[in-house]
Amino acid sequence: MSNVAANPKLKRMKAQRLNQISRPAEAVLHMILGLFALCCIIPFLFVIVISFSAEDSISRIGYSFLPAAWSLDAYRQVLSLGDALWRSYFNSFLITVVGTLISVAMCVLYAYPLYRKDYRFRGFFTFLSFFTMIFGGGLIPTYIICKNLLGMSNNYYALIVPMLVSPFHIIVMRTFFQSSVPFDLIEAATIDGSGEYSTLIRIILPIVKPGIATIALLTALGYWNEWFLCLLYVTDRNLYPLQYLLMEMQRNAEFLARNSSMIGAAGAEAIRTLPSQTMRMSVVVFIVLPIACAYPFFQRYVVAGLTVGSVKG
Amino acid sequence: MTRLQTPRRRQGAGKTFWLTTMMLPVTVWLLLIRYLPMFGIVMSFLDYRLPTRKMPFPRNLLHSDWVGLKNFRFLFTQESVNMIRNTIGYNALWIVLGLLIAVTFAIMMSELTRKFLAKTYQTMMFFPYFLSWVVVSYFLFAFLDPTNGMLVRAQKAASGTAVDWYNTPAYWPLILTICSIWKNTGYSTVLYLSAITGIDRSQYEAAAVDGATKWQQTLHVTLPHLRPMIVILLIMNVGKIFNADFGLFWSVPMNSAPLYPVTQVVDTYVYRAYTSTGNVGMSTAAGFLQNLVGFVCIMAANGIVRRLDPDSSLF
Repeated sequence: MSNVAANPKLKRMKAQRLNQISRPAEAVLHMILGLFALCCIIPFLFVIVISFSAEDSISRIGYSFLPAAWSLDAYRQVLSLGDALWRSYFNSFLITVVGTLISVAMCVLYAYPLYRKDYRFRGFFTFLSFFTMIFGGGLIPTYIICKNLLGMSNNYYALIVPMLVSPFHIIVMRTFFQSSVPFDLIEAATIDGSGEYSTLIRIILPIVKPGIATIALLTALGYWNEWFLCLLYVTDRNLYPLQYLLMEMQRNAEFLARNSSMIGAAGAEAIRTLPSQTMRMSVVVFIVLPIACAYPFFQRYVVAGLTVGSVKG
Repeated sequence: MTRLQTPRRRQGAGKTFWLTTMMLPVTVWLLLIRYLPMFGIVMSFLDYRLPTRKMPFPRNLLHSDWVGLKNFRFLFTQESVNMIRNTIGYNALWIVLGLLIAVTFAIMMSELTRKFLAKTYQTMMFFPYFLSWVVVSYFLFAFLDPTNGMLVRAQKAASGTAVDWYNTPAYWPLILTICSIWKNTGYSTVLYLSAITGIDRSQYEAAAVDGATKWQQTLHVTLPHLRPMIVILLIMNVGKIFNADFGLFWSVPMNSAPLYPVTQVVDTYVYRAYTSTGNVGMSTAAGFLQNLVGFVCIMAANGIVRRLDPDSSLF
């Protein structure tokens, strides 16, 4: 007893262990969680390894974590793909940046009055956005109206506009306002004669920056990963985003592989110039790399946003 | 008195006006892209005539014949029985599995004493959530590709023959389940973990002083605190039980036709029905049913919860 008291370090260690699981139990938890966590990133590492493997190593031993020979051929091929690839990269960036900017601006503008308790039509507009979460017209009517009435076909507009608004993001943003902006602040600003827009921009926005970052990141990820809109509205190759280019490469490869015997010489030629397996894997790396690089930095914001958004709205 | 009131009221009207202008962009978007298509539901009762130059889009609706419920006949085919079973079956299984795994992982994670490692696990587990299904389909392909896939090569080396994965439906319920859990567990684990970290530590200390074991603390302190969140996420998921993740069922099986019996869900059915036959009436009807069932489900789930525990209900 006196020994423990005399050694503060030992005492602290003992206190720390209090009401904690035993060491062997913790080791088991580490094993289970660690194993699952590893499984979550291994496929990506695997694809990176494949993209750096030599083609003849693949035809000999298949995809492997330890290829017989390494090579940069896939990346050379990707770079020689030239226009198609850079165009798609550009499209993906353009759609992501423009879409995110507009979407975030609209979301903040809509969420702010919903947070204002003194706004008269608050209930009505809350319902207007919430109702679309639980009922909708369905895919085909939306498609027909967007295409025939709103002119969405083969343009950037079709790849950006249908994803601009997310009721979920509006709820998240409103909750951010509620939890970080005291209402007295707005009253004080109003008494000082500040207009509604200048109150929002000069006083409120700086406070909710973390919330805006969260929404912006979620929206940007949504746009970066989007391919369904392209499947619906776009047939012009010049407008393909990266994700769709990747999907189309796979589709073409399979089509040719299945029908090569019927196509004859032209088919054989097409197969020879077909993007190789390793090359398609390197396009995957190109798509995931920006996310993987930025991920450690933005993860914190996304976690914060999801936590807030899951609070009852 | 009146002098003082007038500017105040004017200011109130001005405030309402300026705040309403902020609502405009989203309102216009919602009306055009969410509410206008709701009127399109009428197409599920029509023998839809394609728009021509003489009869552009909204007018061709007036010239299409009313056929009543004929478009809903597709419901009584084996194919649609399959797809409804798939949609509801997969969703129900994944709601239960996802909940169990995520809550278990979150509780396990909260017990780790090395916070740095816990953070690392969380970061790694969350990663797949940010990838698109197209990318995930390539990840899977690296293992299952019929000529070079790692699993296929290993099978060939071991027994001489390999499963033709993309043509064998029997394995796909398992494969799709693994993919869905793999991609979404990190997200829900983070959600539950943040709820657990919000619990007041003194409650655990009090329980420990009273002699509660870790297991009892989990049952009587952690789980009751997680209940509202579990209930809310359950309502939302049950409401979406008739909606499938299009990307998962479309790109992960590489759109392989032999797999349709186990990979066809309502969303892919609507899309395929429309693109392959161009049957607007029938695919609209399928989509309408989907939305209707979803609406009824979410209302019912919320109603039940509100009766049992008013504080946990969604609205």
